[in-house]
Amino acid sequence: MDIFANHLLSWILFFPVLGAAALALISSRADKALRWTAIAASVVPLAITIYLWAVYQPSANALQFAFQEQADWFPAIHSSYHLGVDGISLVLVLLTTLLTPLALLASHSIKDHLKAYLILFMLLETGMLGVFVSLDLLLFFVFWEVGLIPMYFLINQWGGEKRNYASLKFILFTMGGSLGLLLAIQMIGAVTGTFDLVTLIQTWPALKQASLFGLPSETVKAIAFWAFVIAFAIKVPIWPFHTWLPDAHTEAPTAGSMILAGVLLKLGAYGFIRLVLPLFPAESNHYAIWLAVLAAASIVFGAFASAGQKDFKRLVAYSSINHMGFVILGVAVAARVGASQSLAASQDAAIAIDGAVLQMFSHGLSAAGMFFLVGVLYDQAHTRLLDRFGGLYAILPVYGSILMFTSMASLGLPGLSGFISEFMVVRGAWPEFTLITAVSMLGLLFTGVYVLKALKLVLQGPLNTSWKDHLRDIKAREIAVIAPLMILSLVIGFWPSWIVQVINQTVLAWF
Amino acid sequence: MSTFLSTANLLWFIPLVPFAAFVIISVAAFRSRSLSHSLALGAAGLSFIASMIVVWNGLHLPGLAQNPVISQIPWLPAGNSTFMFGVQLDPLTVVTLAFVAITILMIFIYSVGYHNFGAPVGKEDIPGLPPKGAEVKRDGHVEKVPSVEPMYARFFALISLFAFAMFLLVVTDNLLGLYIGWEIMGLCSYLLIGFWYGRESARKAAIKAFIVTRIGDVIMLLGLAALYALTGTLNYQQILASPQTLSMLSTTASPVAGLSWAGLIGLLLFAGTIGKSAQFPLHVWLPDAMEGPTPVSAMIHAATMVSAGVYLVARFFPLISAGWQPGLPLTTPMLAMAAIGAFTALFAASIAVTQNDIKRVLAYSTISQLGYMVAALGVGAYSAAVFHLFTHAFFKALLFLAAGSVIHGMEHGAFHSKQELDTQDMRNMGGLRKKMPLTFWTFLAGGLALSGFPLITAGFWSKDAILAGAFSESAVVFIALALAALLTAFYSARQITLVFLGKPRSKAAEHGIESKATMTAPLVVLGLFAIGIGWIGIPQTFPVLGKLSTDWFATFTGSMLSFEVSEGVSSVPLVTSLIVALGGLLLGWLVYRKVRSAKAEDVLEAAFGSAYRFVQKKYMLDELYDLLFIRPAAWIADVFVSKWMDLVIIDGIINGIGKLGLWFGYVLRNWFDLPVVNGAADGIAGGTRKSGSFIRKLETGRVQQYMAGALAGLAILFIILYSVFK
Repeated sequence: MDIFANHLLSWILFFPVLGAAALALISSRADKALRWTAIAASVVPLAITIYLWAVYQPSANALQFAFQEQADWFPAIHSSYHLGVDGISLVLVLLTTLLTPLALLASHSIKDHLKAYLILFMLLETGMLGVFVSLDLLLFFVFWEVGLIPMYFLINQWGGEKRNYASLKFILFTMGGSLGLLLAIQMIGAVTGTFDLVTLIQTWPALKQASLFGLPSETVKAIAFWAFVIAFAIKVPIWPFHTWLPDAHTEAPTAGSMILAGVLLKLGAYGFIRLVLPLFPAESNHYAIWLAVLAAASIVFGAFASAGQKDFKRLVAYSSINHMGFVILGVAVAARVGASQSLAASQDAAIAIDGAVLQMFSHGLSAAGMFFLVGVLYDQAHTRLLDRFGGLYAILPVYGSILMFTSMASLGLPGLSGFISEFMVVRGAWPEFTLITAVSMLGLLFTGVYVLKALKLVLQGPLNTSWKDHLRDIKAREIAVIAPLMILSLVIGFWPSWIVQVINQTVLAWF
Repeated sequence: MSTFLSTANLLWFIPLVPFAAFVIISVAAFRSRSLSHSLALGAAGLSFIASMIVVWNGLHLPGLAQNPVISQIPWLPAGNSTFMFGVQLDPLTVVTLAFVAITILMIFIYSVGYHNFGAPVGKEDIPGLPPKGAEVKRDGHVEKVPSVEPMYARFFALISLFAFAMFLLVVTDNLLGLYIGWEIMGLCSYLLIGFWYGRESARKAAIKAFIVTRIGDVIMLLGLAALYALTGTLNYQQILASPQTLSMLSTTASPVAGLSWAGLIGLLLFAGTIGKSAQFPLHVWLPDAMEGPTPVSAMIHAATMVSAGVYLVARFFPLISAGWQPGLPLTTPMLAMAAIGAFTALFAASIAVTQNDIKRVLAYSTISQLGYMVAALGVGAYSAAVFHLFTHAFFKALLFLAAGSVIHGMEHGAFHSKQELDTQDMRNMGGLRKKMPLTFWTFLAGGLALSGFPLITAGFWSKDAILAGAFSESAVVFIALALAALLTAFYSARQITLVFLGKPRSKAAEHGIESKATMTAPLVVLGLFAIGIGWIGIPQTFPVLGKLSTDWFATFTGSMLSFEVSEGVSSVPLVTSLIVALGGLLLGWLVYRKVRSAKAEDVLEAAFGSAYRFVQKKYMLDELYDLLFIRPAAWIADVFVSKWMDLVIIDGIINGIGKLGLWFGYVLRNWFDLPVVNGAADGIAGGTRKSGSFIRKLETGRVQQYMAGALAGLAILFIILYSVFK
């Protein structure tokens, strides 16, 4: 049992790879066997995560990660296989292991090259989880890239009409960021002689002799800081680095969009919280106001752009920019406050980061749900153009009600989880960035506009009778995908403490 | 028994029962009409009983304002403290809960009849459109009768969800809880205005309601954030019952010049009220909201949800008035409330005079009456405002329900006489007094209460209290409200005269019939309240009757305040209120009693011409907003951000960089590779080939090749890393 009990994170992390290996052995014609193997292989990490959640003990020391594992990996360069989680990463691990089986369940319409598709999905899960559990910068980077490549192929092979353009844009944008990330990580490694995050958090910020190749210390740190920031800003994405997102989301297959919006975007925000804030407190503090401005721009322009779309999926895609803006606003508050001695300020930061992390989770639920529902409609109608629908509520009552619910979750209706997180971010941001927060409210208003626009054009109004005999209501299998997302959203909205407690205890240790 | 059914437990119980009904109907019971409405009515009934017990207990607890009943649970860990969520019973809760529970139950019962429960299913009826009626054989010939609502179960699910939200808003002990209820009600309002979503007008009205109120809501959210940040809590008691907190808020300067934090937060919260209670300039959604079924208009858009806006400012009156006492200059939020409330009261009343749709008259009347309450709070007449909130809920719910009954009667007449006409247009009515006696008498009670008919109606006492309060504080507000009262009495008389008196002006009106008992019984109950409930608030200074009164209402609600508001002793407001009420009623009757034909021009239109039409078109505000806000916003979204910014500028730069790379590769190949290296090694040339064609080559292969490539790439990465750092 020890091999299990002492390596829980490794099991979560590599079980999907085992699943991929198993899939490789199954005949590519055995569709059912392939699907169920993949789903089973992704349910195991979820089960282990739930177990972790149950036994997780928060620590008062921010650097005391839970379920740590450490083994030699690249001893020559002092890079080790170091894993561990805290309340922040545990929430994101849960999100990842929850969404992956649901996305696989939602992949029913994939018929071509199913085996390759499922194997890529398994590798994708490992890549994403690896980012969340790595405590070594090099390991972090490797998993970062591992997550990137399967997604490229998922879009490129199973995507929509403009998949080539979209996947190329996606890979070039993200690779552009990754190059800087690799450079920065190498610089840090070369200067300090270690890649271990726990060590670096203690030494790097205070390091005065960080010069490299004759460059002064400040320059090295500034280069590293900006390289991190740009890589993560592209991934989130923060305005104006966002234009890869609508293309990639729209062209990706349904399950790919679910994971892309549900988890991949969180990698960037997680990078800010896990790496940028602790490693670069001084720089973060200095540029916090600009981060807040860009966050507000994401919130406002994301909402406006979403309201301007004619394609349902593109509209949902743009909504991610709007929602992730709140995550970044929360990060900006923490960046500004840093290690402030003021109790009030550190409270602002703690509440803002609580909100930001919960917002990642909430958005994971609602965005994955929205993309799924768009997919359900598209699979039958073969169009996503909003003005081709109309009045569908009359023939799809169950689907309509579910879409209404999920849209409200996306809108951040009180009583659902998105509200709790947005409220916490706004509460934290108001004292630090009063004007910027007030401007962001314009984005919150337009969230309503684009959500209602979609509902209006799809569900309400006179029935477009050409659909009358061509659409069927949502099936039980599809309800099984969306129901867990809806239930979780409702449960958190009414009873947030079970999840916020976990986040908050970790955040308090940081601030 | 005693602990389980304690007041605190019952307070939790009140909102949760309708929520359970909503969940059960939506998930399991929606296929059965009778089961759905039984669940909804059962839940509303249980909440009603619990509310009455709670109200009764509250009335018998001494010093309830200072020692409210409170029950809390830890809800949201936030930083180093935990946000506590709870319920609370104090005098304001008692009063609000009483009218909310009664009106909700009555409207639930009414809805059964309104949606034609038990009637046949119409052949042409489809979900999303109002039922068109069914044909049945009776005594050998085919007759057209009303048909049952196709989305009957959904209606009861949604109103149950609404009841949950409204009860939550009333019983909660903190502003966040209030906001949650507030927004869920907004959703219900949207869904119920757009209940018949197949209609273009309903779809538009629903979206308008949601977005316009959301303008207020997002500003209000800032108020929550500010208050929470400054005080570390959103709990009513900790903020509003703490003189230290209030004085800290009213003496610290906010970032807005000249405003204290109390002033700024007061204004931010008031923005929520402007949206929810449809005050100028965000009132435009409420008249359009009449697209919803009539019980919805009565419950959400007259008695409860729109009252929640006034409830919010009444609840936060200690904060809004922090630093103020009778005799001192009004605080900034109070000034804003007095100005906006008084203006709205007069402005909306003037539009109500010109409307012909029976429900739209009532909608503008609601806006106007809510303006009354807001203005009353603005001038510090706290108890009077709450009193009017209380009485108005009864008589306005009554008026809407009676109007719904009239419309039903007209529809029946239209079916019977096979006449196609607008069954809500008052010009088509007339003479319904004899056809629908119960509806007439109850509507009359409501109309007189609305007009403030002296002594025997509830509206008189509350309106009189407001006029008295305004008179002692501000002459301008007093005059505006008195004029509004005159117009109110006038349009009430116009409505009663046009609908019920005289002779029928259409075949449909000739054949109208009285509604079923499920509809008329609630009318009678509400009618009794519209008449009698005002007697609990007769001021002691009132001639003769005052001697018999304890002025219970003002004493009870006034205990919420830290200071005493003196009752005016002047007889000017009383005389004014008598003159405007009686004068307006008489005038309205005189002007409209001789209307003979549905086609006839309105008497006032004949007199005032284009000025009348300008008012009738709601002062062209909808058109103005469209020009100033809606079109520019649509342009920004559709063109500026979506096209110019993202596709032209940002993607232009990105594509430009891409092209530059291609061009660079091309230059390198043609100007360096070919002439300089010139085929020395084809392999090198291949490496400098255009990146575009390289990628294209990649994309033509099979998936397996890609994966092999990806793995190979990863392996190479590892090898490079390893060899570099070894």
